[in-house]
Amino acid sequence: MHNFEFVKPASVAEAVAAMKDGGAQALSGGMTLLPTMKQRLAQPSVLVSLTGIAELQGVCMGEGGLHIGGATPHAVVARDAKALYPALAALAGGIGDPAVRNRGTVGGSVANNDPAACYPSAVLASGATVVTNTRRIAADDYFQGMFTTALEEGEIITSLIFPVPQKAAYLKFNQPASRFALTGVFVAKYAGGVRVAVTGASNDGVFRWTEAERALSADFSASAISGLKVSSEGMIGDLHGTPDYRANLVKVLTRRAVEAAA
Amino acid sequence: MTKVTMTVNGKTVSAEAEGRTLLSAFLREGLGLTGTHIGCDTSQCGACTVHLNGAQVKSCSVFAMDAAGASVTTIEGMANADGSLGVMQQAFQDHHGLQCGFCTPGMVMASAALLAQNAKPSEQEIRHHLEGNICRCTGYHNIVKAVLAASGQDATALAAE
Amino acid sequence: MPKDTGIGASSKRREDVRFLTGKGVYTDDMALHKQAHAVMVRSTVAHGRIVSINKTAAEAMPGVLAIFTGEDFVAVGGNPAGWLINSRDGTPMREPKRPVLAHGKVRHVGDAYAAVIAETYQEARDAAQQIEDDTQIESLPAIVDMAAALADNTNRVHDEIPDNQCFDWGWIEDNRAAVDAAIKAAPHVVTLDLINNRLVPNAMEPRASIGEYNTGTGDYKLTTTSQNPHLSRLLIAAFVLGIPENKLTVVAPDVGGGFGSKIYHYGEEALVLAAAKKLGRPVRWTADRGESFLSDAHGRDHVTRIELACTKQGEMLALRTTTLANVGAYLSNFSTATPTFLHGTLMSGPYKVPLVYVNVKTVFTNTAPVDAYRGAGRPEATYSIERVVDMMARELGLDPIEVRRRNLLTPDQFPYQSPVGLMYDTGNYQATLDKAIELGDVAGFEARRAESARKGKLRGMGLSTWIEACGIAPSNLVGVLGSRVGLFDAATVRVNATGNISVMVGAHSHGQGHETVFAQIVADQLGIPESSIEIIHGDTSKIPFGMGSYGSRSLAVCGTAMTKAVDKIIAKGKKIAAHMLEAAEGDITFEGGKFSVAGTDKAKTFGEIAFSAYVPHNYPLETLEPGLEETAFYDPANFTYPAGAYFCEVEVDAETGKVDIASFTCADDFGNVMNPMIVEGQVHGGVGQGIGQAMLENTTYDENGQLLTGSFMDYAMPRASDVPFYTVDHSCATPCTHNPLGVKGCGEAGAIGSPPAVVNAVIDALQRGGHTHVTHIDMPVSPSRVWTAIHG
Repeated sequence: MHNFEFVKPASVAEAVAAMKDGGAQALSGGMTLLPTMKQRLAQPSVLVSLTGIAELQGVCMGEGGLHIGGATPHAVVARDAKALYPALAALAGGIGDPAVRNRGTVGGSVANNDPAACYPSAVLASGATVVTNTRRIAADDYFQGMFTTALEEGEIITSLIFPVPQKAAYLKFNQPASRFALTGVFVAKYAGGVRVAVTGASNDGVFRWTEAERALSADFSASAISGLKVSSEGMIGDLHGTPDYRANLVKVLTRRAVEAAA
Repeated sequence: MTKVTMTVNGKTVSAEAEGRTLLSAFLREGLGLTGTHIGCDTSQCGACTVHLNGAQVKSCSVFAMDAAGASVTTIEGMANADGSLGVMQQAFQDHHGLQCGFCTPGMVMASAALLAQNAKPSEQEIRHHLEGNICRCTGYHNIVKAVLAASGQDATALAAE
Repeated sequence: MPKDTGIGASSKRREDVRFLTGKGVYTDDMALHKQAHAVMVRSTVAHGRIVSINKTAAEAMPGVLAIFTGEDFVAVGGNPAGWLINSRDGTPMREPKRPVLAHGKVRHVGDAYAAVIAETYQEARDAAQQIEDDTQIESLPAIVDMAAALADNTNRVHDEIPDNQCFDWGWIEDNRAAVDAAIKAAPHVVTLDLINNRLVPNAMEPRASIGEYNTGTGDYKLTTTSQNPHLSRLLIAAFVLGIPENKLTVVAPDVGGGFGSKIYHYGEEALVLAAAKKLGRPVRWTADRGESFLSDAHGRDHVTRIELACTKQGEMLALRTTTLANVGAYLSNFSTATPTFLHGTLMSGPYKVPLVYVNVKTVFTNTAPVDAYRGAGRPEATYSIERVVDMMARELGLDPIEVRRRNLLTPDQFPYQSPVGLMYDTGNYQATLDKAIELGDVAGFEARRAESARKGKLRGMGLSTWIEACGIAPSNLVGVLGSRVGLFDAATVRVNATGNISVMVGAHSHGQGHETVFAQIVADQLGIPESSIEIIHGDTSKIPFGMGSYGSRSLAVCGTAMTKAVDKIIAKGKKIAAHMLEAAEGDITFEGGKFSVAGTDKAKTFGEIAFSAYVPHNYPLETLEPGLEETAFYDPANFTYPAGAYFCEVEVDAETGKVDIASFTCADDFGNVMNPMIVEGQVHGGVGQGIGQAMLENTTYDENGQLLTGSFMDYAMPRASDVPFYTVDHSCATPCTHNPLGVKGCGEAGAIGSPPAVVNAVIDALQRGGHTHVTHIDMPVSPSRVWTAIHG
């Protein structure tokens, strides 16, 4: 790993200032960034740790839904969101392993937008708002393809606001080696309709399965989507699954998520 | 190089570190606590698991400077005050939960963290909790048995031979 | 009643205390005064010609002490293959030089062509990057596919080997015509094409080596992650660096698992020694996991066609296999023995099949070297046989259990001369089969299947009746077969003056628990407490000799040497006792730690005799040397033949293809068992690896020779949640007839017997679930493969 200057600000303002440096990179849980740096694929000159900023921590109900601080670890979400948004807590509790959940953060995951990460599906299916140090970004505008988001250089996710659905479930099918999502489906039923977001499957990263949303909004039952077909076009094909296989998983997992939510 | 200070196994300790110094390297090279092992470079194997302010983390995925001022417990801090094996360590020996010993420190640290949150985990909860710790020797049978036993459950009845 | 000490007791492991408290000392745990750090520069292309390496910039970088390239080792030797195999036409195998660092060409991704030594690891790594940037390699087309490699006469891994073939081996060539004829004439022939998937051993401790050189004495010391320190010393001394054997000490301290991958000598070991001499400082190297994936010897990688001729009643008549076996870019030490004598000689399995012919072509490719990995050749043989036997039952509409029963050797047939050259000394294959059926509750299967069906899952059961040959081996036999080393082992038993004992053994323990079990055996023989006995291993300066731990041989071979050394101690003790007790030597008996005059109450304790040997005041000095230390070398008369029956049940989710192991039952015959707890642990671990091979693990190179599964992110290692509690039994024991302990070896069994049981169960589940078109799925039976087999 190349060397760098390590800074650990105590406030968002300090962090933003530190990020002004050209080669600066924010470090949240480091679960993706550290292995990348070990491989020398990322070479920041300044690393700005967000783990010491109290205002980026915590889970609470607030205006617009459940507010989660950007640097809140998955384990805290799994514990503190359990009564407030059980499906989201369950998702957080199923990421990686306990050590990863103690370090990895919701903001880090959403900022990285790994195509196989769990959180992006929750954000998109919940129609959540990504709050940064400068603005609020709607989920539908935020995700822009794998590892690509609406975030600007130096912008820090300070919190996420998740509208809490009436019913929801997340089902993940593990990639057998990494235990990331080979495919994961988040189904959330709101008064205004159902949203279905899929992670792990598409070359374009997380996406909404709008056909299923329409069918489920009309009839929130497993049988509502039985006639739908998922195209394998644009699906990821790799060692762990063909595009056809992933397309199949999208449908199977969606049906099972509806059953689990209902 | 900067001097980094933290509490390790109850003692305040300091050593030099660069920005890129990992907590695992700080423990092994800076403090000579070589019980924490490095088995991979992708945060997967869990051999380097320690407790950071009570929570299990992979010390290969935390920068030493990020742990400055924190309280860290390693495998060297798990024995009883008189030097005898702690409960989890003893259960691993009693149930042959280790062979080559390389993954063992991480397994013990992860298992101890589980019992701290869940005093009587089920077999499935134990297996799920150990998802981030790879063992190549034991086929996990006796590790799961040891954790059941350490939690006061009848491991033999559950893992009939 | 289980014993609580000595042979047969589940003594707790003494080595655990240091491992559980962080006090184990593995190679990378050692910090040495003035140590320097080595980083290897590895090829990023699979095949290429090294045009130039410009060291100038790297040499000027901070902390850099030395840079080595292949050029520096041109004058020294290479790392040899341990077995010479002849082709069917009698010509010897093609054996290219394997240099310390690649020279002229790089032959696989990860092939090291330079090494940087610097003050710190980071400085060495920085300079290694610079070397990589300043090296020009002309890329050549990668040779990855074995069949294509054989067909290609122009693109060569080694320029001097035209068709990339190492050898074309037939076993037994004289049987070939009879086997062909039997298959041609048979009422039914089952044909199966299968792949035995390439695996990365992935011991949890990555390889590491530290070289030291004393400029005052000219002594070298290598501390390294080895299963086999004496072999490493022999190879480095005699073949690679030409250091006199008595000027090189090799120490293998605590080693974090091996599974075969640490048997072999690797170039990094020679490099750190050469660097230590050049710098006059200790030089250390530790692989990161990525390097392990790229440069450790891999395992398996066979492409096989197996044909089984049989009657309509399922009686096996003849078996023929044709295999392409990958040896990778260079011949690792056992790479030529593994697909031949550890594979072809097992191809009749536990069955009566009278005619067998095995053909193996080994192929050089631009991939990491392939060598023995837990089971080594025997898992490949077992998988082929057990899959085709199952397929025979299915094609003939017979019960797989009944088909096996019909063909298994019966107890009255031992000793049994197999048609592929082995003499099975003893066994009872019906007994282990019956035991597996009982413990696995085959009778209750239908009820469980119905329960699974209610949950929407398909349930299946699979069986594997396996045999292996281990405890390798008789040196004279393996010598005839091409081995270039002996396969005996050795032990020294040193009784100290105060009566406690140090035992120096040639076997190396890297998880097996020798320190505990060997002490149990000596305690039993001498009638003294286990705690008085210390087992010392892994240091060539302390141990007479050793051929290391692999091939489930530690107890059967080294353990026997140890018991023979103890026998010598007892014999000498009797002489001393006879003198002290003023009796005839022939009247002295030894039992329960006491030398007694038969028929009297006159006796001396073992401790008194030991003391007398070192304080020989009342001692027959005119006829007997003082001291009490004996060494024995032991070369076995035959292999040992563990066998067993494994039973697996799976549940398959047909919608996702996910397979869950519902139960796994092992009924093994290991002969006599010294420590049941440890034996069971060995089986658990072996089965865990076998389930890994069957369901999860696969090593994939793309067409450019890039390793796609180069980390735990893509190479699926079994985790706790992938496996069940196993049911293991070793009560059906037929003791080995030719070693005094009656032991057979248990280290590899689980990995040998389990993969076909898993795959047979998956196929059974799909067949019972109506997916009758699925007759075979190659390992790993991953969710996507199962789903594709069902729906594709």
